Amino acid sequence: MAQEVTKEKSMLLQKKMIGGLFDELAHVKESGKKVVYTFVPGNLSELIRAFDMLPVYPEINALQSGMKKRSGGFIKEAEKLGHSEDVCTYVKCDVGMFLNGNKGPADTQIPPPDLLLLSYTGCFTFMKWFETLDRIYPGVEVAMLHTPYQEDGKITPEMRAYMVKQLKEEVIPKMEKVSGKKFDEAKLKENLQHSADAEDYLVQIFESAKHKPSPIDGYFAGVYYIGPVNIGFRGTPEATEYYKQLLIEIKERIRLGKGPVTPEGEMKKERFRLVVEGPPNWTNFREFWKMFYDLGVVIVASSYTKVGGVFDLGFRHNPEKPLESLSDYCMTVYTNHNLPQRIDLLSKYIKEYQADGFLVNSIKSCNSFSAGQLMMMRTLEERLEVPVGFIESDLVDPRYFSFSNIKNRLDSFFQMLEQRKIILNQKTPVA
Amino acid sequence: MSKYYLGVDLGSTTSKAVIINEKDEIIGKGITNTRANYKVAADIARQEAVYDTRFTLLNQNLRVESGLPENIEDLLVSLDDAFHFLEFDIRLQKLYNEFLKVGKSAFDNKLSKLILAELPGLIDQIRPQIKEAYLHGGLARKSQFFRDVVNEQYTQAVDSLETEYFEKFMLVFDKSITPVENEMIEFDFKQLATDALNMLLEAGDYPELTAGSKLYQKVAKQIQIIADEKIDITNMVGTGYGRALLPFPESCIKSEILCHAFGAHAVFPNTRTVLDIGGQDTKAIQVDGYGLVTSFHMNDRCAAGCGRYLGYIADELNISLNELGPLAMEAEKQVNICSTCTVFAGAELRELLNVGEKRSDILAGLHRSIVMRAMSLIARSGGVHNEFTFTGGVARNQAVLKYVSAMIHESYGEDITINVHTDSIFMGALGGAMFARRNIDVDLPEKQKRSRAKAV
Repeated sequence: MAQEVTKEKSMLLQKKMIGGLFDELAHVKESGKKVVYTFVPGNLSELIRAFDMLPVYPEINALQSGMKKRSGGFIKEAEKLGHSEDVCTYVKCDVGMFLNGNKGPADTQIPPPDLLLLSYTGCFTFMKWFETLDRIYPGVEVAMLHTPYQEDGKITPEMRAYMVKQLKEEVIPKMEKVSGKKFDEAKLKENLQHSADAEDYLVQIFESAKHKPSPIDGYFAGVYYIGPVNIGFRGTPEATEYYKQLLIEIKERIRLGKGPVTPEGEMKKERFRLVVEGPPNWTNFREFWKMFYDLGVVIVASSYTKVGGVFDLGFRHNPEKPLESLSDYCMTVYTNHNLPQRIDLLSKYIKEYQADGFLVNSIKSCNSFSAGQLMMMRTLEERLEVPVGFIESDLVDPRYFSFSNIKNRLDSFFQMLEQRKIILNQKTPVA
Repeated sequence: MSKYYLGVDLGSTTSKAVIINEKDEIIGKGITNTRANYKVAADIARQEAVYDTRFTLLNQNLRVESGLPENIEDLLVSLDDAFHFLEFDIRLQKLYNEFLKVGKSAFDNKLSKLILAELPGLIDQIRPQIKEAYLHGGLARKSQFFRDVVNEQYTQAVDSLETEYFEKFMLVFDKSITPVENEMIEFDFKQLATDALNMLLEAGDYPELTAGSKLYQKVAKQIQIIADEKIDITNMVGTGYGRALLPFPESCIKSEILCHAFGAHAVFPNTRTVLDIGGQDTKAIQVDGYGLVTSFHMNDRCAAGCGRYLGYIADELNISLNELGPLAMEAEKQVNICSTCTVFAGAELRELLNVGEKRSDILAGLHRSIVMRAMSLIARSGGVHNEFTFTGGVARNQAVLKYVSAMIHESYGEDITINVHTDSIFMGALGGAMFARRNIDVDLPEKQKRSRAKAV
């Protein structure tokens, strides 16, 4: 949510939704609602909601703690406990938050889990993370959902059957046990329809960046747009309403020929369009965004905003095939794509969104995202002859955000794009 | 009137300036050590480049004159050397005055008297040696700066006094050098060049150059003409580590990545990969046929393996930076150096000396290890596919060059052409000047108005 700018209606809707969720979480003792800790990529939001349970996403708490400048202290606490400097900083931030009384980013109490639902998709640290949580909350119920990696770039009927079997035999029974409610397929189907509706809108929202000038920033603002679907509202009518409203606002921006809304104000002139790979830095998020804003750089598409689902490749939740569609969802999120699939997706973005360049923000403490990024960058450079750039920062460890190093590299990268534009427009060799 | 373009590369160790003409030809270069006062460093580099430009013009004018001896070019080099000595000498006089001030104020009466009594003798001792090094040793072309030159000679001279107050004499130097180094002195080119000519006359190295000879008259006349010529800088671009601190408009500040690549590509047009090792950065840059950067990689979080690292190692061994490479070339083997941290490498070096390894062998290992770091950056930036150009101050180190060549050939094939220019350290400033020339022609009208520079 952009600060110090006029809040649009969708922003207020989102604020209300997320505030409401944290409020509900703070009052589970009174309401008796059960709490499921789970992760964003491949999350089973509709199923959790079908049992009337509430989701907690530790990585969302971590990134929000990062944005609120609390992660540095939490990480230090976790390191005192023995977590190494190289461990994923989301994990350390989460552990540190627990050690500090588990007050969430909204300053409200995050309740302990009744169920740890591990649907690990593309990130093996998730498993170790939940092993840590299992020790923190001894005796908590754990459900494992193993998502097969798309090693060969496709989903086979056997993979789907394997997933459905786990849902039937492991996940649903555990949810029934924890919630004390019987699985209600009709409720799940209803939720899946809401998801499909919201996903239709979300795709249109991200694809609006194909316009010139782009009415949105598909990365810095994009992470706000994916908020509701990634924080547990997928499968609710509120999410559909939010995306419907957001799309109306974006269409209006297109009609008026306006650029993206940013914390620094509206982007007046779009000078460069970029596709970005990798998560953003959260501790210095606004400062980071400003480096792009100041030079008129708009991120038209990003892979990170697809960690909660690559809906623009056609996947939709399907009420007709509830468990199969949940399985397919888990297997199709970005982090479960193999490297050639990721390259193809980024290549499609660079072409379809008419990007001037491709940038990687490599995360020091995230091996699962960083692995293969250089290879991906090289391949894109060779395949599309697009200028590429590479910077390094971290998710939520403020010690790894070096303003001057990043600024120096970005300045060089943007100047490189500018020089190319100027010289290539002149169309004659310069030396 | 000719148009000139200036590029200033304000590095972490040295500041460089290059002036080009409308054909992208380098016609003037200047270099000085970067100091706490960046503006002075940039101004001195630029001033040197302007004097150098005048010498280039002098050379051009004299070359078309008839009846001059064949060795006129040598004479002009000597004239340039003498000119640099005279510049040095004026600053040395200022240093001496500062010495006297410090000598009077920093000590008690007794010690002060003792020091003041020795100072004139010390200066008299070092001045002729330095003069000789300028006139016959090519000191002006060795990238040794005022501070280094005086420091070396002064320390030796004080040492020879065998005084118990060695530290006090060094304190006089330490307290005096910074203000003198940071003073921007406007030299009178006409006067200094004429004095330089007379100095050559007195030295008698050129028999044809006698008082009243045609040669003397022609050179003296051209000095007058060239000194009066206005050298207008049409546009300029600043780059390098300190570029943001240059008093240039924003549109005249460019990333050193672009400038190094552009400069290297201009000198070697088939270059597709540039490695630049400067004071604190190592950059591996890929360029296209236009000299435009397509991607780059830089060292992140740690500058071990850059020029400053070598400087630290030289200090640890108590030798000058220029001696490192030659010493490493004498190695019979390479001792394995593991440390990726400058400070630890210093400790490792002492440990290895302690167990009896030879300095040259340790240095060879050390040079190899920094090149291995650079090779990793090259690989990350996309490897070497065609001609490869090595730039930056460190490219002048023979041992680094040896390992770079060996490892590039080993990793990317024997047929890769490796280029190193004698002016490799000026490539960033050259690229800057070339951008300055081009930016005049491109569509940035408002910015250009602001960026037009004044005459120098």
